[in-house]
Amino acid sequence: MAVTAISIVRMKNLFAVVMMGGIYSLLSALIFVNLDAVDVAFTEASVGAGISTVLMLGTLALTSREEKQEKKSSHKIWLPLAVCIATGAALVYGTLDMPLYGDPNAPIHQHVAPRYLTESIDEVGMPNVVTSVLASYRGFDTLGETTVVFTAVVGVLILLTGRRRREKHEPTLEELEEQEDEV
Amino acid sequence: MIQRKPILRVTSKVFMPFILLYALYVQFHGDFGPGGGFQAGVIFGSSFILYALIFGLHDAKLVLPSAVLEILSALGVLVYAGTGVVSFFMGSNFLNYNALAHDALHGQHYGILLVELGVGITVFSSMTLIFYVFAGRGR
Repeated sequence: MAVTAISIVRMKNLFAVVMMGGIYSLLSALIFVNLDAVDVAFTEASVGAGISTVLMLGTLALTSREEKQEKKSSHKIWLPLAVCIATGAALVYGTLDMPLYGDPNAPIHQHVAPRYLTESIDEVGMPNVVTSVLASYRGFDTLGETTVVFTAVVGVLILLTGRRRREKHEPTLEELEEQEDEV
Repeated sequence: MIQRKPILRVTSKVFMPFILLYALYVQFHGDFGPGGGFQAGVIFGSSFILYALIFGLHDAKLVLPSAVLEILSALGVLVYAGTGVVSFFMGSNFLNYNALAHDALHGQHYGILLVELGVGITVFSSMTLIFYVFAGRGR
């Protein structure tokens, strides 16, 4: 994954970048499978590697395939680098206090998780706990998420089709003649 | 252009029903295995996106006009919220499915099925619609 991420940063060809992004999503889906989070892996593989790659390609078709080359002065490079390193160091420092990965005594496993795991089969009756948490215990959240998806599509529709589309460009006689000449 | 790609056209035609069937399986089997409305909607939508990529946007819009998709994407949210309102009227809290059937477990089952259906419809139509808009923008 690190190799993919670095090559995404280095590449100039945006088509290849989009493809590498898809590969990156697929790799993270594999990580989720390793962590036994099959539902998340499923979503990552279908949305991250599938749909979003296609949508990015659609965007590329509208814009350009190559990244613009920019001359950067040295302070423009150093400032973002410093910000990144500082943020990364702060985040790593924050993780030092966190419980070990998979520690059953971690606070997150003590709150509602035991109830979901032990009683959801009696309360909801679904063998897949993820579904019962998602759709029943956290029904409001999922309603909100669905509304977010709906809002996103409304936003895209307003942004991209809100203005009346220009009149379809009818080729004039001269242009047709030019095309014939080229042929 | 389309006529020159017989392999792509035949392959996608063969794959389409299986992708749709798999999406439906993921949709309605989400209670027992991995999956659910969101993933099913994405898979269902990706089959139509595949169709639009191979056969062109015009043909895809003949199969599934964007006006229908706009209605569907609102309908999904409506199904979800409507399930909550129905449980409201059956004498329970909003989105508490226990009241939907005679015993709580069956009520939960129906509720989750309906809610996931709503999620699936919205996600499917939204993804396909976004692709339509992006692909139709360039021409």
